[in-house]
Amino acid sequence: MKRLLHEPMSRTTARRIENVVSGLILTLALIAFLFLFFWMFISSFKPNLLITRYPPAWAFSPTLEHYVQVFRQNPFLVYMSNSLIIALSSVGVSLAIGLPAAYSIVKYKQGPLALALLVIRMLPGISFMIPLFILYKRLGLLDTHPGIIVTHVLTVLPLITWVMLGFFEDVPGELEDAALIDGCSQLGAFTRVVIPLSVPGITAAAILSYIASWNNFIFVLILGGPKTMTLPLAVYGFLAYGQVDWGALSAAATIVTVPVLILALAVQRYLAGGLTMGAVKG
Amino acid sequence: MQTVSARPGGVEKLTPGLAERVVSLLDRRLAVILPLPAIVVMLVLMGYPFVNTLLLSIQQVDLTLTRSVFVGTDNFRKVLFEDERFRNSVFVTVYFSMASVTLELVFGMAMALVLNREFRGLGLIRTLFLLPLVATPTATSVTWMIMMEPSIGVLNYLLEILGLPPSLWIAGPTTVIPSLVMVNVWHGVPFVMLILLAGLRSLPKEPFESALIDGASKVQVFVHITLPLLRPSIVVALLFRTIDTLKVFDAIWIMTRGGPGRASETLHVYSYLTAFEFYDLGYGSAVILAFMGIILAISLVWMKVRQRSWI
Repeated sequence: MKRLLHEPMSRTTARRIENVVSGLILTLALIAFLFLFFWMFISSFKPNLLITRYPPAWAFSPTLEHYVQVFRQNPFLVYMSNSLIIALSSVGVSLAIGLPAAYSIVKYKQGPLALALLVIRMLPGISFMIPLFILYKRLGLLDTHPGIIVTHVLTVLPLITWVMLGFFEDVPGELEDAALIDGCSQLGAFTRVVIPLSVPGITAAAILSYIASWNNFIFVLILGGPKTMTLPLAVYGFLAYGQVDWGALSAAATIVTVPVLILALAVQRYLAGGLTMGAVKG
Repeated sequence: MQTVSARPGGVEKLTPGLAERVVSLLDRRLAVILPLPAIVVMLVLMGYPFVNTLLLSIQQVDLTLTRSVFVGTDNFRKVLFEDERFRNSVFVTVYFSMASVTLELVFGMAMALVLNREFRGLGLIRTLFLLPLVATPTATSVTWMIMMEPSIGVLNYLLEILGLPPSLWIAGPTTVIPSLVMVNVWHGVPFVMLILLAGLRSLPKEPFESALIDGASKVQVFVHITLPLLRPSIVVALLFRTIDTLKVFDAIWIMTRGGPGRASETLHVYSYLTAFEFYDLGYGSAVILAFMGIILAISLVWMKVRQRSWI
């Protein structure tokens, strides 16, 4: 009995200590995980004289010279629009194909189809590149937007479908049934009830797959060229010219990364569930 | 066989309009129509290349892609039994993957336990932790390179502050894999944390309450209750991360191109080199198929573990 009486007090102190400790761990971990972004940003604003100084300079008057240089020396706006066109098109195509497929998988319990899509997600990017490379070469599709978009659909389609499985499962069946009883067709129930109810999920899936396409490197590396150069390839290109210009490199890296970070923060609520893609429901 | 269509008595329209007939036809075939585009796309985009990779792997294709010789299983025999470079890449891949995934599990578990509580700003903090997972690998890789520069990089500066000797990072043959592991762990911990956190959140409360009443310590509770209950989530996190780590290409190709020497030449890098640097497309196909085989074997294990009832 006595022990029980003392329990609440010792427990609150223990909890307080625990809170402090875990707060400390959290802070340290956050610093460790976000330091790279911090360093990327400040390097991109560092004057050239300070950028190769050791020990590294932490305080300086920021300059935009690297950004000016990146845009002046390279058609960076073209690379940006390439990235944008490829990502938007592959996401659009994949939504049109993937949403009905995801609904059908949930509605008619088509497990094998989900499995096939999962296998694509598991396979490395290079798996199908040799035949596609040969085919593209014959058809003149190398370094063309449609050619690249098709390969991006390969990564984006499984992602969209799998993210949507979770969201479609969560749509209450009663609402669909109600629509059917009111004389709606099954197709109508899908387009007029299920889709509108899943708009937040569709947005999240679209943004996540947009990021996946935006980040993609290997498809453009193998099948692309100067006309289809996307931002990641442009950043990679900065490494190729012998003496690496650190300032321009970090400016280019920042230009690629910032849109992704903004999108990720915008879909905060769904990011966790989307990223685990059916591995857990969340 | 005649299908008897039993119409409920209340229905008055006996001859439905064309539009309605189309809709009802669509409805009856919906299970086929809805997934059809996806199935066609997959057959074309996966089936065609897969069959072709198989065909190429039993040929010797010359550089101009115009002539090829049938060589049977020669390519596979060479890949599996004679190719020292392939063997090296398997070793490098296993070393890189096992080190990465083990560390990711430890750190991911720690982060999940710390985040498994209610406090203000949890959502934002969790999102901030996820940024390494979503950030463009190309951009983060070049930043790692800047930070790992041996003579003026900030990481050696931090080591110096801590009183540790400087490292060669990705420039050293023995430090290159640990450095790449660090990069991969940084990228992968958020994913492990997410899965384990979701797992922790869904655990039943009762075992923990009764353990507390029995006076069990935190460590005892973790070892004897949390870990066993969390097993499914751990397995899922491990398998997903194993597969994604085996597949890592961008970071390694950008930072080291498999070097110094062949110290960081993983299977994916070696596949890329044979196919698209040496343009040995027949042999490259065999290497890629061996690589795919390894990944698919691990995926199969994962599917066995999966819990969704209809898979």
